[in-house]
Amino acid sequence: MTASQYLLEAIDIVKVFGTLRANDGVTLQVTPGQIHALLGENGAGKSTLVKMIYGSLQPTSGTIKWKGQDVVIPNPNAARKLGIGMVFQHFSLFEALTVVENISLAMPGKFDLEALSKKVEFYSGEYGLPLNPKATVADLSVGERQRIEILRCLMQEPKLLILDEPTAVLTPQEADLLFLTLRLLASEGCSVLYISHRLEEVKRLCHWATILRHGKVVASCDPREETAASLARLMVGGDIHTVRAAKAPRDGAVRFSLKNASLEADGPFSVALKNINLEVRGGEVIAIAGVAGNGQSELFDAISGERPLSNGNAILIDGASCGATGVSARRKMGAAFVPEERLGHGAVPVFPLSENVVLTRHSDDASLAERGLLNRGKANSIADRVIKAYDVRMGKPDPEARSLSGGNLQKFVVGRELDRHPKVLVVNQPTWGVDAGAAATIRQALIDLARSGSAVVVISQDLDEIFELADRIAVISRGQLSEAHPAHEMTAEKIGLLMAGSHEKETPHAAHS
Amino acid sequence: MRLILEKRADRSPFFAIASPFLALLLTLIAGGLIFVMRGINPLEGLYVYFVEPLTQLWSVEQLIVKAAPLVLIGVGLAVCYMANVWNIGAEGQLTMGAIAGGISPVMFPDWQDPSILVVMLIMGAMGGALYGAIPGLLKTRFNANEILTSLMLVYVAALFLDWLVRGPWRDPQGFNFPVTKTFAGWQLLPTLGGTIHLGALFALLACVALAFVMGKTLVGFEIKVTGSAPRAGRFAGFSRNRMVMLCFLLSGALAGLAGICEVASVVGKLQPQISPGYGFAAIIVAFLGRLNPLGVLFAGLLLALSYIGGEAAQVTLGISDKIAKVFQGILLFFILSCDTLILYRIKLEMGRVGALKAAE
Repeated sequence: MTASQYLLEAIDIVKVFGTLRANDGVTLQVTPGQIHALLGENGAGKSTLVKMIYGSLQPTSGTIKWKGQDVVIPNPNAARKLGIGMVFQHFSLFEALTVVENISLAMPGKFDLEALSKKVEFYSGEYGLPLNPKATVADLSVGERQRIEILRCLMQEPKLLILDEPTAVLTPQEADLLFLTLRLLASEGCSVLYISHRLEEVKRLCHWATILRHGKVVASCDPREETAASLARLMVGGDIHTVRAAKAPRDGAVRFSLKNASLEADGPFSVALKNINLEVRGGEVIAIAGVAGNGQSELFDAISGERPLSNGNAILIDGASCGATGVSARRKMGAAFVPEERLGHGAVPVFPLSENVVLTRHSDDASLAERGLLNRGKANSIADRVIKAYDVRMGKPDPEARSLSGGNLQKFVVGRELDRHPKVLVVNQPTWGVDAGAAATIRQALIDLARSGSAVVVISQDLDEIFELADRIAVISRGQLSEAHPAHEMTAEKIGLLMAGSHEKETPHAAHS
Repeated sequence: MRLILEKRADRSPFFAIASPFLALLLTLIAGGLIFVMRGINPLEGLYVYFVEPLTQLWSVEQLIVKAAPLVLIGVGLAVCYMANVWNIGAEGQLTMGAIAGGISPVMFPDWQDPSILVVMLIMGAMGGALYGAIPGLLKTRFNANEILTSLMLVYVAALFLDWLVRGPWRDPQGFNFPVTKTFAGWQLLPTLGGTIHLGALFALLACVALAFVMGKTLVGFEIKVTGSAPRAGRFAGFSRNRMVMLCFLLSGALAGLAGICEVASVVGKLQPQISPGYGFAAIIVAFLGRLNPLGVLFAGLLLALSYIGGEAAQVTLGISDKIAKVFQGILLFFILSCDTLILYRIKLEMGRVGALKAAE
């Protein structure tokens, strides 16, 4: 065998699950020091491919070459020994332990926290990943937690680092910092395999891109020479249906309002909401922008009624107070909610879709649970309707929620609420981790709902999404909400200033005099 | 070569059903080994323990009598565990049920008509429910761990009963034994034939009723959601605290009912020992029955067999009847370990040569 120009080659990889060819003759070649993007919709086979490279799955056929030599990677341990590190989208960290303790759990050899702390400090300085080794993970932001995962990989001196949608959870600033680190790594000869949906950042960061669709490689190109639109076209195979919105009516009645809504923090890691004011008219979409962890989930809990407020008049739906009522009462008043986390919050992972219909619909649709008895036939028919209307793809009839891909489950969770034609819809992160095709479907559905006369509130960290959807934009920072400005008056700079807190009031009670 | 546990993509439907049977088989093997270590022929030991009791009518009757409280308690615990509410204190709730139900016959020994039996049963269930409410309240108000509080309350109840029968409730004509007056007439449960009493019917009804509740009603749905995804439960508008209280009240009531049924039949009076640990064995019943009300029915019969077999082993083989506890412990151990196979598969891995060589 001769030395190869490639660090890693996956040649003609096939992976079959039952009747599904998740990977169908995929070839991927990564050179040393290359930042290589792996692009594709949810379900295109990216994760399957990467899992085979990381040893957690075995290919049905095909070969993997490492530095020109055929290898079999039976498990992640073997992958790490080869020099392959992976940072997953969902972190595996113990919140109650410190940074260095978490890292020590992954390190082979002797357990010496002092020495390891020094090593952590060294690496964190070297790669621009600021972290205090003694900090407790529970106190850290998502971005910092991701740094632990990355450091944990880097400390094993990998030759290839795999990142699965790393920026999905990061603020723009944190993402910029991550890109610096990745470029530095690449300049040292470490290759990076970068999985993402975000075309703009792939164009900014990556040297090469392999694009998958339905388990096959459809293109291999230099993303810097493509436009975001051309990449997207390759990914979904055809022009993405761009969201088209009729102008919002200006004279719609106020359907949903927050009046001086405040909520105490319910723990050391929670944000208090301070005097939040917002009016949403029927027909319009209001987006709430903000950097993660500035009170978005608290705001969602307060609006949905999962954490009722003490002041009942602080929240009005069609003019009726509901601030102190619970989530079921608000649903009965015509409101619907879609939380950020699909699994475990928006849906019960081990329940079939039909039972997940009952989860939120039992309160507004009395026929689902007449006199306390479940009506499964009715639940099934609603599930079928949602599945058809929003093109939810699944392997078998009425599958468990957790078996759906992220994008398909999100379509279901959003569709379940849209199916009611709610008067007020509040969505937190409607397209988080969802592929471009599904995201366009969801956004279009939100706009259509608003134009039919409902009030729609979208809480999002994705500025592109916000500009695509919103008629007016408000920004949340440290639990305070700015005034909502018409979208055409807003720019990314303006939003950036508001994100940094330019609207925050020192004395919140004087704010709305 | 090595053994590894690999996570399955989906729950294995095969092992979800096979796991308790596999556990039973492993328990029999382990039990056989114990007999061998005691110098007893393992086949004979297992025969005496598990088969002989099934060959005679009186012992089959005994089996049902012993299964009744196990099933009654176990089905309540199954619902608790389904909701992720860890009531470990059914033995205490059983004791308090027996005490509360025992108030009327002890206070009014001459009350002799069907109404006293009804009062005894209702008071028994209420006593258990209220005693179960204590860990429920501590959990919902102060977030105290219910495993600890419910378990500790078992000993409080046991000592309270001990004090009652040695002190204020002792039978003056009882030759100073720590027992109350013996219950008689309408203070005892009618039998359904042989020694099988009304408790067996209650157990059967409880299983059918709870199977219906869990499968067909919104409350059952609420319990399952709360147990498997509490955040989704809150989002659905279900109250976790309400569920915790409901589960403790329900399982407490059923344990209390089991308690009063025991003292109003088999025991016939209050005394320091009224249960051979039914409240704890019912934990095993709940798990062996897959937390499924109908599964609990069969699991209860099996655990009852372990008690009867223990007595038979003591008589025929001359070994301590504590062997029953050993068998129950081994069984729970094997059930919990076999349940791993529902979500994981065992893989024997050979030769990782390629990868290791390349790593050098």
